Amino acid sequence: MAGIRLAVPKTARQGEVLEIKALIQHDMESGFRRGSRGEVIPRDIITRFECTYNDELVFASDFHPAIAANPILTFHTVATESGEFVFTWTDQNGAAWSDRTSIEVV
Amino acid sequence: MTHKVEGWHRRQFLAGGGGALLISTLPTVSHADEADMIRARTELFGGRDVQEGRVTVTLPPIAENGHSVPITVDVDSPMTPNDYVKQIVILSPRNPLPTIGQFYLTPRSGKALVSTRIRMSGTQAIQAVAEMSDGSLWSGRMETVVTLAACVVL
Repeated sequence: MAGIRLAVPKTARQGEVLEIKALIQHDMESGFRRGSRGEVIPRDIITRFECTYNDELVFASDFHPAIAANPILTFHTVATESGEFVFTWTDQNGAAWSDRTSIEVV
Repeated sequence: MTHKVEGWHRRQFLAGGGGALLISTLPTVSHADEADMIRARTELFGGRDVQEGRVTVTLPPIAENGHSVPITVDVDSPMTPNDYVKQIVILSPRNPLPTIGQFYLTPRSGKALVSTRIRMSGTQAIQAVAEMSDGSLWSGRMETVVTLAACVVL
């Protein structure tokens, strides 16, 4: 698990609105499904996503069970200065996965 | 005679296997309705007025299955430090849980547009509510026909 795929521009002009895509491989088991013997499959979902840009939070999301498996998000942020994006996903038990990309702003 | 035997078998099938099959396909949880969705909205935002407009929800008109339906929410906002979208919430009037997802934006977002993929347990009109920096609430809706019997989806 925890295959992360990011689509973030490598370079941008200052003030440009950037489109960011972030995907993580995760079953997002809703807790409403039943297995072959009728037993309820326990809920196991990612509940929080955060994106920081040079340590400042620029976007966050709370996921509920109706977010599809392998959750993908598209959102935007303004290019302010060169630096680093950090993307963090946290599940219902507090386990976290993260990845980072750098950007050059001219 | 043969007919009788066949008929008996069919009845036995319906009473046994067929019945079990029917029960196993029934939804295991009660689904939310419009009132549950409004209750969830009230829990999130208190009793504040929700106005219609400024929020555009885009979904495919027909979704072949409800496991993964692409959704885009676009809010009409200048996204300046004095006037921006703080939060977007996607709500369902039919899923087992009315709240689907919450997205938090800042003036640094530049553009109030968010996309993701959601689960839908049946044909319904998904609603998105945007909370603005001045505290006002705006909403938009779009209905999608979900063709897969989606009580098994969630």
